[in-house]
Amino acid sequence: MSDDLGEKLLALSCPVPVSDTPNILLGHGGGGRLSQMLVEKMFAASFDNAALSEMHDGAVLPVPAGRLAFSTDSFVVRPYFFPGGDIGSLAVHGTVNDLAMCGARPLALSSALILEEGLPMEDLWRITRSMAEAAKAAGVSIVTGDTKVVDRGKGDGIFVNVSGVGLVPDGIEISPRRARPGDVILVSGAIAQHGIAIMALREGLEFGTTVETDSAPLHGMVASLLDALGGDVHVLRDPTRGGVASVLNEIAKAAGTGVSITETAFPIAEEVRGACEILGLDPLYVANEGKLLAFVARDRADQALALLRAHRYGAEAAIVGEVTDEHPGRVVLKSRVGGRRVVDLLTGDQLPRIC
Amino acid sequence: MKFVDEYRSEADVRKVADSIRALVTRPWTLMEICGGQTHTLIKYGLDRMLPDLVTLVHGPGCPVCVTPLELIDRAVAIARRPEVTFASFGDMLRVPGSELDLLSVKARGGDVRMLYSPLDAVRLAQKLPERQVVFFAVGFETTAPAIAGALLEAERLDLPNFSVLVSHVLVPPAMEALLSSPACLVKGFLAAGHVCTVMGTHEYDPIAERYRIPIVVTGFEPLDLMVGIRMTLAALEEGRHGVEIQYSRCVTPGGNLPAQKLLSEVFETCDRPWRGIGVIPKSGYALTPRFLRFDAAKRFDVETVTAEEPAVCIAGSILQGLAKPRDCAAFGRECRPEKPLGAPMVSSEGACAAYYSYGRE
Repeated sequence: MSDDLGEKLLALSCPVPVSDTPNILLGHGGGGRLSQMLVEKMFAASFDNAALSEMHDGAVLPVPAGRLAFSTDSFVVRPYFFPGGDIGSLAVHGTVNDLAMCGARPLALSSALILEEGLPMEDLWRITRSMAEAAKAAGVSIVTGDTKVVDRGKGDGIFVNVSGVGLVPDGIEISPRRARPGDVILVSGAIAQHGIAIMALREGLEFGTTVETDSAPLHGMVASLLDALGGDVHVLRDPTRGGVASVLNEIAKAAGTGVSITETAFPIAEEVRGACEILGLDPLYVANEGKLLAFVARDRADQALALLRAHRYGAEAAIVGEVTDEHPGRVVLKSRVGGRRVVDLLTGDQLPRIC
Repeated sequence: MKFVDEYRSEADVRKVADSIRALVTRPWTLMEICGGQTHTLIKYGLDRMLPDLVTLVHGPGCPVCVTPLELIDRAVAIARRPEVTFASFGDMLRVPGSELDLLSVKARGGDVRMLYSPLDAVRLAQKLPERQVVFFAVGFETTAPAIAGALLEAERLDLPNFSVLVSHVLVPPAMEALLSSPACLVKGFLAAGHVCTVMGTHEYDPIAERYRIPIVVTGFEPLDLMVGIRMTLAALEEGRHGVEIQYSRCVTPGGNLPAQKLLSEVFETCDRPWRGIGVIPKSGYALTPRFLRFDAAKRFDVETVTAEEPAVCIAGSILQGLAKPRDCAAFGRECRPEKPLGAPMVSSEGACAAYYSYGRE
């Protein structure tokens, strides 16, 4: 949370009497007084909106005619606070972005928390405020939710699930199957930032400068792209887990086309590239949380690039490749030195090498 | 990136590729020893930039690949013990033993951790005095000095709960084993630059002399490899043999003397089995008597654990440069990175895994 409002909100102290209950107790998930206190004083007060204040089992929302997009995402990141963000804002951005990648404008979100007994109340408060602020900045309400508490040792502090619904405008048809030969592939900015930020923190690695997560809501940037290009935007994807390489492989397989990319075209921060080099990781497979890949009709590529670059989250956008009718189902990379190689799916997570 | 980008210049690499094409008049088979070099060759598509007359075969230099099956089984047996915290470099965790890999042990409740440095394992042992912390000491002469340093630190701290499972292997005896085989096709070697950074090049002189073969100590960047290949081919075309250093920005003939002193304090050479190849005399490191109290194999009594490699796998031929990954009937079928049958498919730097991941179009 970087703007003034966010800092002011965070500065507010936790409304749950921390002196009595400084940590989450099993009773906070039991449905009794402690649960009620958490829901009313913390969640309802933070996420404040008409649908939520009904205190019903679910939210009842008016929906205009059209198509609904529906998405869900669970977050289990450890540690839950990291440079540039936390599990709360990450969860909101993740679901907002999943909706945006369907071409949808986010309408409402749910928040389901699994808390581990003993979680410091102050941490939960920070995460709640962060979720509220991320949702507010994205212009979307958290309209329903759930809280469970598990025994100490059975969770990792906190797990967050955010589901969301959004509306897909008429004329918009975004799907991996719509990639077609000739499409140009754009990335909205520097890759591999989030994965390296988390790994550096988790493993205590230092690279001379702190790498921050790129976690950000992308629906505004998507809306400007769709407003201008409409049906000429064929595929949108946020390359989160598995990174750019995995997403491009999924799209190549789904569409039955080939994907050709150029290694040097991908923007990447110097410190992230250095960290990948030291650890023996390929940045193409490292996670992002605030970047998108867009497949657009060739004659609209320059316009798409200009639109992405005009947005605060797309300033470093670049054209990185194209869809081809050669090598269907495969992603082929032109290497830094002019050679060619296949970029395949990984077997599991990337593991740092011995030497 | 400073000091790296200049070795990844497309124009320079192309220039060297052109000069290699102009130089070669006959077919030659070269071997790069190190898995890191195999990885660079395939990752940057360098192999496809060489003339057809030049065949590169991929040597046994991937420490993850050549760690014998029985050592993995011993590691698994130790890691499964409830009192043990088992620490390893990342890429060893997925290597399959006869039944399990270390990640599966973790999934079943074992305390298995990925570390970046053996010294971190010493720190972990200090932090967890009630647990037995075991580090899997794998690698060539490159990683051995760091393990030696960790053992000296453990000795200084007199840590009763730290030990290492040693599986270090040495390059020159493996080269000799390859060259002494009558079936050997290799006419020139690209030796592993980082190994020579530690050990120098003196050990290579008698090998080059005895087998009358050029050995070029080569770095790991694309331009390093292309220049190393050109130097080896130039020597072959001119009928020369001997040791040359392409990687002179890091390697001197004498190597890193303080590191060598560390190694001789902590390790002595021993016969060592290589996965896919078998026992190579004097090709491994074992702990010297002074450090035997830190030997995890003895502490946890797993020295008798043995294992047999799958018979269908031709890993031995591939690691000796007698066959290429696609010569194997199981390649990409029964044997894939998620279910490897043999050593070269095991780590991402193994020849078969590199061909599988980067090579299919």
